[in-house]
Amino acid sequence: MTDPMIAIHALEKSYGIYKALHAVSLDVAPGEFFSLLGPSGCGKTTLLRSIAGFETPSAGDIRIDGESVIGKAPNQRPTNMVFQNYAIFPHLSVAENVAYGLKRLKLSPSEEKRRVSEALDQVRLGSYGERRAQQLSGGQRQRVALARALVLRPKVLLLDEPLSALDKKLREEMQVELRALQRAVGITFVLVTHDQYEALALSDRIAVMFAGRVAQIATPKEIYQHPQSREVAAFLGGMNFLSGRILNETATSLSVEAGRFGTVAATKPAGFTRTGETTALGIRPERLRILWEPQDTPHQITGTVVDRDYFGETTHLRIRAEGLDEPLSVIETNSFGADDLPRGATVQLAYDPEAFVALAD
Amino acid sequence: MAAASPGREPDQSPLHRTAPAPGGWRTGEAASGLALISPTLLYAAFLLLLPILIVFAYSFWTQDFLTIDHTFTLANYRAALTEPIYLDLLGRSLINALSVSVLAVLMAYPLAYFISFYGGASKNLWLFLITVPCWTSYLLRIMSWKIVLGYNGVLNSGLMRLGLIDKPIETLVYNSNAVIIALLHSWLAFAVLPIFVSLEKLDRSLIEAAHDLGDTAVQRFLRIILPLTLPGVTYAFLIVMIPTVGDYITPKLIGGSDGVMIATAIQAQFGKAANWPLGAALSITTMIAASLLAGLVVLVGRRLVRALA
Ligand SMILES: Nc1ncnc2c1ncn2[C@@H]1O[C@H](COP(=O)(O)OP(=O)(O)O)[C@@H](O)[C@H]1O
Ligand SMILES: [Mg+2]
Repeated sequence: MTDPMIAIHALEKSYGIYKALHAVSLDVAPGEFFSLLGPSGCGKTTLLRSIAGFETPSAGDIRIDGESVIGKAPNQRPTNMVFQNYAIFPHLSVAENVAYGLKRLKLSPSEEKRRVSEALDQVRLGSYGERRAQQLSGGQRQRVALARALVLRPKVLLLDEPLSALDKKLREEMQVELRALQRAVGITFVLVTHDQYEALALSDRIAVMFAGRVAQIATPKEIYQHPQSREVAAFLGGMNFLSGRILNETATSLSVEAGRFGTVAATKPAGFTRTGETTALGIRPERLRILWEPQDTPHQITGTVVDRDYFGETTHLRIRAEGLDEPLSVIETNSFGADDLPRGATVQLAYDPEAFVALAD
Repeated sequence: MAAASPGREPDQSPLHRTAPAPGGWRTGEAASGLALISPTLLYAAFLLLLPILIVFAYSFWTQDFLTIDHTFTLANYRAALTEPIYLDLLGRSLINALSVSVLAVLMAYPLAYFISFYGGASKNLWLFLITVPCWTSYLLRIMSWKIVLGYNGVLNSGLMRLGLIDKPIETLVYNSNAVIIALLHSWLAFAVLPIFVSLEKLDRSLIEAAHDLGDTAVQRFLRIILPLTLPGVTYAFLIVMIPTVGDYITPKLIGGSDGVMIATAIQAQFGKAANWPLGAALSITTMIAASLLAGLVVLVGRRLVRALA
């Protein structure tokens, strides 16, 4: 692996007696799109602001491109930030906002103008240079904030929930644009978000945080499919939790006797340590399928529909199966009539016995 | 209409039926608005506009012993603008008021800045403490400056005790400087408040953004904080400058003959000299001169702030 662009080691941050960050360590590779994901109040912003230089860590080290930045002010760090409320200067035009940080470089007026219009073109605001901040929509403000930071060509761009203030449709459009922009400029992005879909869609890697600690760092697919703990699994979409008795253990998987589901193979997440004879198991709702035609497979269970929520393209069902305490969550596409299933209907659910994951508690 | 989606006639929706009905403003929104503000409007007209109009009218008339000659004349203005004594007093009033208001803003800004940025949970306490001097009588405050600045005053005896001077400084009181000091003390608290409010309204993330984009502390102040709190500074300047031009009590009590200001002359015309039209013309002239000067300072101030950014 190449040297990391950001290397955070055993970072701690306390506010009085309250500890907002506990021994956070992580590396971000050059050119990577890295996300900090977690519920509100878990310390994402604190971590991001520590990288930017707005918070002074209580202990630990942050290196950017090999150099420790501890003790350096934000204006001495090779980072730039897109603030959650965008922080567009209201007394300046769009072009003046973008040129704000360039003034220090003492470029020739024509060179400065060229770089400003290049940055504005990059965020598709080419013709908005003369506008005032008050005349811009939320999405446009966000683009100005991006252009203002990117025009300085920082080594790292830090983004604090940049999309959370936008409405859903605009947010989805901006996700696509943000990803494309990051590929085009090749700058390392660190994004803070509490939206798991945003993190999954945008990131090369995700760090999931809870209560000031990093719970797991992995690629979106790895984190979704092989969450290391119950908490991570639950935060990233729905999960059916079961428990089972361990029959056999190999380096990568467990063979588990899981009650009504019979003997299943569960992937062993990295760092899994067996604590006893039993283990928690999870299976994602979309990994359970309703059998519309009777099928002769041993991997099926019988259940009754207790509740359903209609989402247009999919229906989320709660199905009570014999021998299980909790109803199972099942997500079905609406191609086969899941949206027409009445409450109380009896269905057969098929599952892949390899689709289970073992979870540390 | 570009904003309307095709195939829909926005003006036919029932919500738009209440829009201006025929019959003009009397039935529209404007009428209910006027009705709502009319008590205050009448009150303001009666107490503010009417007195000024009366003074304005007087300034074009002539005093004829005990009666008023109502023929239109500009003689009062001629006197107000050519008599050296009046020009002198007006000039001194403007200079004193300008000094007081500029000094007040310069001293109030750091105070307001400190309270807003470092006041923490005790901001209100700090503000309260700043207004404490205003709780004592205006007269008492001016008289105490006499005690501080007087020949045998606190300042002189203090300096003598310290051995810094051998005999009391005589030029501390009964001149323009004493007037400026006393006025500054009276009005400083009023300058702190508007600046404080505009600093409070300033979004702190803008300052952080400037820091992030490379600014030093001084640059952040000049490029972000000062331009964005300029409305508060302007207001603070005006709120001190306008009333101090016409201040009467302070120069009277501690200004001596050297510190007399225009209000004394105006008072004399309405009192002993009994020439109300000349007094009115002096008042109007002072008002216009003060407004022009204030406007000029505000414009120059804005230019200056823009140049510094
Ligand atoms: N300046 C501060 N003083 C005291 N506590 C703070 C301060 N800033 C943040 N915190 C606390 O630290 C925790 C983490 O905050 P934050 O990093 O903003 O969370 P997130 O961005 O994940 O929502 C929260 O519990 C918050 O209340
Ligand atoms: Mg946050």
